[in-house]
Amino acid sequence: MLKLEDVHVYYGQVHALKGITLEVQPGELVALLGANGAGKSTTLMTISGILRPRRGQITYEGRDLTKISADEIVRLGAIQCPEGRRIFGGLTVWENLRMGAVRRRDPQGVQRDLEWVFTLFPILKQRLHQSGATLSGGEQQMLAIGRALMARPRLLMLDEPSLGLAPLVVQAIFDVIQQLHAQGVTILLVEQNARQALQVADRAYLLETGRVVLSGTVAELSANPEVERFYLGGTTGS
Amino acid sequence: MTTFYYLLQQLINAVSIGSLYALMAIGLAMVFGILRLINFAHGDLIMVGSYTALLLLVAGLPFGAAALAGIAASTLAGLIMERVAYRPIRGAPDVSMLLTSFAVTIFLENAAILLFSPSSRPFPAPPFLTRALEFGVLRIASLDLIAIVVAGILLVLLTLFVTRTMAGIAMRAAAQDLLAARLMGVNVNRVIAYAFAIGSMLAGVVGLLWSARVGKVDPLMGFYPVLKAFVASVIGGLGSLPGAVLGGYVLGTLEILLQGLLPPALTPFRDAFVFVALIILLLFRPNGILGTTEREKV
Repeated sequence: MLKLEDVHVYYGQVHALKGITLEVQPGELVALLGANGAGKSTTLMTISGILRPRRGQITYEGRDLTKISADEIVRLGAIQCPEGRRIFGGLTVWENLRMGAVRRRDPQGVQRDLEWVFTLFPILKQRLHQSGATLSGGEQQMLAIGRALMARPRLLMLDEPSLGLAPLVVQAIFDVIQQLHAQGVTILLVEQNARQALQVADRAYLLETGRVVLSGTVAELSANPEVERFYLGGTTGS
Repeated sequence: MTTFYYLLQQLINAVSIGSLYALMAIGLAMVFGILRLINFAHGDLIMVGSYTALLLLVAGLPFGAAALAGIAASTLAGLIMERVAYRPIRGAPDVSMLLTSFAVTIFLENAAILLFSPSSRPFPAPPFLTRALEFGVLRIASLDLIAIVVAGILLVLLTLFVTRTMAGIAMRAAAQDLLAARLMGVNVNRVIAYAFAIGSMLAGVVGLLWSARVGKVDPLMGFYPVLKAFVASVIGGLGSLPGAVLGGYVLGTLEILLQGLLPPALTPFRDAFVFVALIILLLFRPNGILGTTEREKV
């Protein structure tokens, strides 16, 4: 479904991605793990068309994403829920959700998806006419995921959905991620919280300073002593 | 009783001039919200629209047609300005964009001087704009009432646009977080074009009302309105649409108040007092009256 081949990205002179190669099959939940600055968010921003690779190919459902504008990539169903939530604080919860479907022209489908988001995150229905800024951190993360779902993703890219949230909320968010996975949504999940991510993922890639250093199924990675030591060794892995 | 009428008259004055400032400030705020650009060339859109209307009036067209053409010319000029001057440098530092807006101003003003000569021309406003209406002792310029009503209608329409239409919601979203809006599939070029088109259209309307008010048109006529609109949007909170409107009316009221209260010897320095008031306001509310720091809630 999605394939990156030898993708190189620079921030000015800084070589941020040094030849990333990875693949996501339809229906898979793939985790992208690594420390701060490993290039996880850069990878997602490059897939989304916000950053452009200097070298390499990104194919998604047979199309070359490096030549398609960011808004067209959204229309193709590759949706990113960015790090730090980035909800629109001055817009109401309803307007935020509606923004997720900004490119859609099927009002009935949008309405159906709105109901679906409310079943996943009932709290959003109660907050519908509050501004996004008045929500708690956890509610904002739910809104950010709900907003991304309103775009009807075929590939959902989640960037650090558990960042800065209380353990109970993290659990709730990961429950929903698992639910989405079960419903067949293809997911590329970026996490620093490796333990949590490996519990839900099918496969994972491990990034270090712009390179993929390890990849494999969750079983393989969990059995790897290095992963165990560096990423699962602590109590939380963050 | 006469004091009451005097106050009422001054109030109408204040709201009328405030309406023009508010409409101008909206144009600045819409563009600033998305691009972080203070488009000083916004004032010259007034000039473009007014000259277009003037030339057509002189050519014998009825006022309605000339007015519509003037508004259309302002809108078009705004869109071209964005496409030619600002889009190529999008993403450049704020200072570069600001300097570009000065360049656009200098270009447009000098083009107008070459085309129309530097001297001003009388603006033949139709009689319905220049009449004085009498309500008992109260005398009100028809232009004031029209400015207030027109601004009121436009503000209602604008509010409906930014809260009820997808394009309007997308515009507010883009102003808050351009990257997030792009990730949702917002076409940046389109949103920015919308902002310029709407702001420029409002500038075209202001141009007609302004020209009728001062009775003349000249190549540098946009300078004062854009300066006032900038002050208004700083008072209200730069980038905030409600702030721009509020700032416009506050500035209008402040000016009329000072005009009435200052001893005659000081009235020529009215604007200096306005700026002192602005400085005092900014000392207490650096982000303006409605400017918030809602951006990031960590």
